[in-house]
Amino acid sequence: MLPMDAVQKRLLAEVADLHDVPMGAYNFRANSKAVGRHTTANIDIQSKPDGTGIDIHIKPGTKNESVHIPVVLSQSGIKETVYNDFYVGEDADVVIVAGCGIDNCGTQDSEHDGVHRFFLEKGAKVKYVEKHYGSGTGDGKRILNPVTEATLAENSSMEMEMVQIKGVDSTNRMTRASLAAGARLVVRERLMTHGAQTATSGYKVTLDGEGANADVVSRSVARDTSFQKFDACIVGNAPGHGHTECDSIIMDKGKILAVPSLEANHVDAELIHEAAIGKIAGDQLIKLMTLGLTEQEAEEQIINGFLK
Amino acid sequence: MLELKNISFSVEEDGKRIEILKDISLTVEDRKFIVITGPNGSGKSTLARIVAGIEKPTAGQILLDGEDITEKSITERARMGVAFAFQQPVRFKGLEVIDLLRLATGNKTLSANAACDFLSEVGLCARDYIHREVNSSLSGGELKRIEIATVMARKARLTLFDEPEAGIDLWSFQNLTRIFKQLRDNIADSSILIISHQERILSIADEIVVLVNGRIEKHGAAQDILKEITGTQFAVAPCGRMEM
Repeated sequence: MLPMDAVQKRLLAEVADLHDVPMGAYNFRANSKAVGRHTTANIDIQSKPDGTGIDIHIKPGTKNESVHIPVVLSQSGIKETVYNDFYVGEDADVVIVAGCGIDNCGTQDSEHDGVHRFFLEKGAKVKYVEKHYGSGTGDGKRILNPVTEATLAENSSMEMEMVQIKGVDSTNRMTRASLAAGARLVVRERLMTHGAQTATSGYKVTLDGEGANADVVSRSVARDTSFQKFDACIVGNAPGHGHTECDSIIMDKGKILAVPSLEANHVDAELIHEAAIGKIAGDQLIKLMTLGLTEQEAEEQIINGFLK
Repeated sequence: MLELKNISFSVEEDGKRIEILKDISLTVEDRKFIVITGPNGSGKSTLARIVAGIEKPTAGQILLDGEDITEKSITERARMGVAFAFQQPVRFKGLEVIDLLRLATGNKTLSANAACDFLSEVGLCARDYIHREVNSSLSGGELKRIEIATVMARKARLTLFDEPEAGIDLWSFQNLTRIFKQLRDNIADSSILIISHQERILSIADEIVVLVNGRIEKHGAAQDILKEITGTQFAVAPCGRMEM
């Protein structure tokens, strides 16, 4: 493992809750270079021959192991696109932690576009955690445009936790998933934008096999003059359940556009969408103020709870 | 001690000024348990909200332990020891019951055990509730009991309850009466002001205030006032209330 500087370590703590080298398999990337890699008997990580990213192979039946693949950028002006492919064997049960932190103190934009593809074999189970974070006082923008694609074989399941709370100026996120019979996808997205940030989050989930089940829930807060767009589409091609929910708090002069869509191509596809956008209710602020909080503290408490 | 001096409150509606409260003067001594009753629309809830600082009176003065708090904010009053239980408790997505109890006690590290004690007092099986979100998954009755537990946890100088019986089923209501009896017994140097129509709550009061059309119509020792109002809309039995 190559040494990392204080800024890189801070970013790593923000996006991966890591203060040290993790247990299990990992691949650390800092300023477009690999700085550390570890594989285990069950999890192999190989660089792609063309140098555009990594392939992660998880053996069938691997249980209770984790893979960390955090990325940190601390130099201004880096622009990179990385392709990472995860092959998760039959009945494996693993945790995958990705995430990207950008600290930009310079004048040039820094951009990391991660394209993550997941191929889950039958019965495989993955918990995927992806956190994005930006910091730094430079005029250069912090840009993240992740693409996540998941192909879920029969009876496999994937839980995605996508978090972007602070400091990312522009993000355009796209998540696609296709679910075979009995497969299950759960997405929990939490997003907060402030300043003049923009964030677009799109989902296209197709239920292709009988009994496929998808639940996509986004909670977001738009502050200052920021803009958010949530564009979620669930397609039911087979008997199954799809649920998508977008719940947003709008503040200051923020703007939020929710574009839900459902497409049922089978009579037994049960699809539901819920969307709500609103400001913090006055009663909520008053209740917390009667407990001794100031209006500002009450607001923070409500937002923190909402995005927890 | 809480003193209300010549409190009036009016609102403007369609260009007309409507008087909600008219020249209310009332003293709530320490160690007193006072119930305000009166018909719907008599201004009872408004009066409680004025004491908590949620509404500002259009005239008059509010003193807490001799200090003028008329211009003080909700937060300042809360920090001075005013607690307020909402008639319709507020729901929060993401905030858990234990979060509210931690805010109420001001103890950020309040243990699960200590939180459980507060919930047990309102008859909730605590372990099932401390990590529940205070959202629409809770029934009206559950929310109400959590609201009461939260306000009791504040151990405030002055505690206001706005219709604590509203939204509570009969079984819970019997417990509610027990809770208020306990509060009454452990009042120490604090005081309690309750807005209620319930005979059982009125019957444990030290004093009863009857508010009609924004004015105090009667105010006196509970046993005297109760004789006059029992069986009227100001003092209904639990089942009577449910049939209304």
